[in-house]
Amino acid sequence: MATTAVTAEQHAATAQHHHEPGFIRTYVFSTDHKMIAKQFLLASLFFLLVGGLLAAGIRWQLGFPGQPMPLIGGLFSDTTAPGGIILPEFYNALVTMHGTFMIFFAIMPLLVGVWGNYLIPLQIGAPDMAFPRLNMASFWISVPAGVIMLAGFFVQGGHAGAGWTAYAPLSSEPEYSGVYMGQILWLISLTILGFSSLAGAVNYITTVINMRAPGMTWFRLPLPVWALFVTSWLVLLAIPILTGGLIMLLFDQTIGTGFFSAATDGEPLLWQHVFWYFGHPEVYILILPAMGLVSEVIANRSRKPIFGYHAMVLAIIAIAFLGWVVWGHHMFQSGMNPLLGTTFMITTIIIAVPSAIKVFNWLGTLWRGDLHFDVPMLNALSFVSMFVIGGLSGIFMASAPVDIFIHDTYYIVAHIHYVLFGGSLFGIFAAITYWFPKMFGRIFSPVLGKVHFWLTFVSYNLVFFPMHTIGLRGHMRRIYDPNQYEFLQPLQPINTFITIAAFVLIATQLIFAFAFFWSMYKGEKAPRNPWKANTLEWTAAPTPPPHLNFPGGAPVVYRGPYEYSWPGSTDDFLPQDLPPDRVSRTPIPSEPSPMSTGD
Amino acid sequence: MENWSWLMDGSASTFGPTIDRLYLVILIITGVVFFATQGALIWLLIKYRHRAGHKAEYIHGNTRAEVIWTVIPFVIVLGIALASRGAWAQVKDPQNIPPNSLPVHVMASQFEWDVTYPGLDGQLETGDDFTVRNRMDVPADRPTHVILEAEDVIHSFFLPDFRVKQDAVPGMVMNVWFQPTRTGEFVIGCAELCGIGHTRMRGTLTVHSAADYQAWLNEQSQP
Repeated sequence: MATTAVTAEQHAATAQHHHEPGFIRTYVFSTDHKMIAKQFLLASLFFLLVGGLLAAGIRWQLGFPGQPMPLIGGLFSDTTAPGGIILPEFYNALVTMHGTFMIFFAIMPLLVGVWGNYLIPLQIGAPDMAFPRLNMASFWISVPAGVIMLAGFFVQGGHAGAGWTAYAPLSSEPEYSGVYMGQILWLISLTILGFSSLAGAVNYITTVINMRAPGMTWFRLPLPVWALFVTSWLVLLAIPILTGGLIMLLFDQTIGTGFFSAATDGEPLLWQHVFWYFGHPEVYILILPAMGLVSEVIANRSRKPIFGYHAMVLAIIAIAFLGWVVWGHHMFQSGMNPLLGTTFMITTIIIAVPSAIKVFNWLGTLWRGDLHFDVPMLNALSFVSMFVIGGLSGIFMASAPVDIFIHDTYYIVAHIHYVLFGGSLFGIFAAITYWFPKMFGRIFSPVLGKVHFWLTFVSYNLVFFPMHTIGLRGHMRRIYDPNQYEFLQPLQPINTFITIAAFVLIATQLIFAFAFFWSMYKGEKAPRNPWKANTLEWTAAPTPPPHLNFPGGAPVVYRGPYEYSWPGSTDDFLPQDLPPDRVSRTPIPSEPSPMSTGD
Repeated sequence: MENWSWLMDGSASTFGPTIDRLYLVILIITGVVFFATQGALIWLLIKYRHRAGHKAEYIHGNTRAEVIWTVIPFVIVLGIALASRGAWAQVKDPQNIPPNSLPVHVMASQFEWDVTYPGLDGQLETGDDFTVRNRMDVPADRPTHVILEAEDVIHSFFLPDFRVKQDAVPGMVMNVWFQPTRTGEFVIGCAELCGIGHTRMRGTLTVHSAADYQAWLNEQSQP
C-alpha cells in the first residue's frame, strides 16, 4: 500500500481526476473518513444495545434472584439459563461480557472510531485522513473481532467469565473457571481489535500533525480535535501493552506457559500490572474525547468563547500524562507493596486537579452566556453534572485506607458508571445529536431527543445513585446472589428498585434508536449551519460533505474556533474561515480584536 | 432507612474509627464541592438562559480564576492524600503488626476459607494445629495476625465490620491484622470474583471474650 501522508494541496489536485466510486466502494469498502465514521457509529450502537441487554440479564438476577426471566426465559439453553433461571456461570459471563462489550466495542469506538474519523479531517480542513486505506482497514479489522467476541456465547463451556479485567489465574487456567474456548475467543478478539485501534491512532496523529489547513495553528484547533489527538497517543502507547498481556494469557491458556500461574513460578499479579498499565490510560481514552466534544457543544450553545481555552488544552495533556502513573490504585488491596500504595495514592489524587480545572472552565463558559437548551446542550450539561459526581466519588477510593472498605463493592460500580455512562455516554448523545445534521443532512428530532434525554437522565440516576449506598453497606460486586449473605438481605428491595429503574433506562434507549432512524429519513431538513457554529465542518463544507470534503480546496483559517458574540460583529459568531474584510462589523470597534486571537 | 445511609455501619476494629473518620472528612469536603458545583450549575442555567434581546458576553477566560481553581483543589486533594498515609501504613504495613498477635493461617480456595489455629502451644506448624472450615474464632483481648494464602485463584478476604480487605494471591503470603473492639459474630466475605461459587464463599468470624476463647480453644483441642 502506497499510503504516504499527502498534503491537502496534493490531495485536492488528485480530486480533479476523481471518479465517483460504485456502491461497494461507497458504502462497504469505503476509504472516505465520513463513511467509515458512520460504519463505526452503526456498529458501536449495535454493541451498545448488546451491552445493554447483557446488563438487563445481570439486573434481572440481582433484582429477582433465582426467578425465571419473563418473556425471553424460554430461549436460553440448559447451560446458560434453564427455564429462564440464570446459572452462576452464565451470570459471570454476563458480567464479563457487559463490561467487555461496553468498553471495547461500544464506548471506545463511539468516541474514538466515530468522532476521530468524522471530525478530525472536517475540523482541521483536510480532504480525508492521511492513510485512507489504513483507515478502511481499521474498521474492517474490528468486524471479525466483534463476530469472534459474539461467537463466544455459543461455544461449549460458555463465554469468558473472569470479569472484563480477566484476572489470572482464573482467566488463565480452565480447571478453575470451567471456561476454555470462551476465554480463548475473548483473548483473540481483543488482540485483533487492538490492531484496529492502532491503525486508527496512527492515522489520527499523522492527520492532525500534517494535514491542517493553512492558518489552522495548534491553538486554533477545536477542542474535540485536541482531545482526540491526545487520546490517539494514549491508544498508540497503551494498546500494545494490553496486546502483550493478552498474548501471554493466551499462551497460558493454550500451551501452559504459566506466565501468570503460581504453580509454575509465574506471577498472578504481573497480569494485573500489565492490564492496569494499559487499563488506566484506557479509562482516559474513554473520557477525554467526550470532554472535547462536550466543550464544543457548550461553547456553541452558550454563544460564548470557551472559558480558558489554553487551560482546557493543558488539562487534557496533564490528564494524559498523569494517567500513566496511577494504575496501582486499582491494586491497593492486591498485595502490592504497601509503600507503592502510598505513592499511587498521591499521584492518583493529583489527577483530580486537571479534572476540576475542566469542570470550572465549563461553568465559566456558561457564565454570562446566552444558553440554548437544545438536545445536544442538555446532554452536554448532564455530562458536566454527572462527571462531577463520578469525579468526587473517585476521591474516596483514591484514599487508599478508605478504599479498603469500598474496593470491589457497588461503590466502585456506581463510580465507573457515573464516569462512563453519566460522563462518556451523555457526551456521546450530545455529539450524535449535535453533528447529526452534518452527518445525515437532517435535524435530530428535538421532541424525541428531549423525551429521550429526560427519561434517560432520571432513570440513569435512579439506577446508579443508590449503588453508592449499597456499596457502603458492603455489597460486593460481581456476586451472583447477594442474599447468600445475611447482612445483604435487607438490601434486596433496593436491588429490586435498581433493576426496575434499569429496565426503564434500557427501554428508553429504544426511543433513541427510533429517533435516530426516524430523523435520518423523516427529520427536518437541516440548513448548512444550523447551530451557527464557527468550525470548518459547518462553515466551509457543504452538507453532507462530498468526497474530499472541501470542493473549493482547503479552507484558509483566520482565527480560533470559539469566537462567539464578538461585539465588533453584527452576527454572534465568526467562522474560522471568514476573511477579516468580510466580517459584518458593528460601529463599536473598541473591544480587543479577535481577528488574530487564538494563536 | 439505614440502608440509604451515607455512613458505613459502625466498625468493630481498633483502626475502624480512623478509616471511618477519614471517610467522613472526604464525605464533608466532597459534599460541599458537590452542592457548590451543582448549585452553581443550576444557578447559571437559570440566570443565563436564552431570552429575547439578551446577548452573551465576549469573555475568553481569566488567568486569576484559573490559578485559584488550580491551586485550591491541588492543596485540598494533596491534603487528603497526606492525611491518608498514616492509616494506610497502620493497616497494611507488615511492620505495624502488633508483636503479641495471635497467629492464624487462612487458606482461601474455591470456595471456602480454611482457618488453621496454632493450638494450645500458640505456635503454628506444630503438631497441635487444627483447621476449621469457614469459621474463625478469635479473642477480643489481643490482636489477630492472619497469614493469608490462596490455593488456586485470587480471592479477597473481606471483613466489612473490621474495615479489612486483602486479596489472597496464589504463590504469595499476605499479612493481615486486626484488633477487635467488641465480641459478637461478624461476616467473612470474598470480594474478588473467584469462579462459579464466588457468591457462596463466605464464613463467620466470632469474637469471644478472653475466657470464652480459651474455653473454645480447649474444646477444639480435645483429641
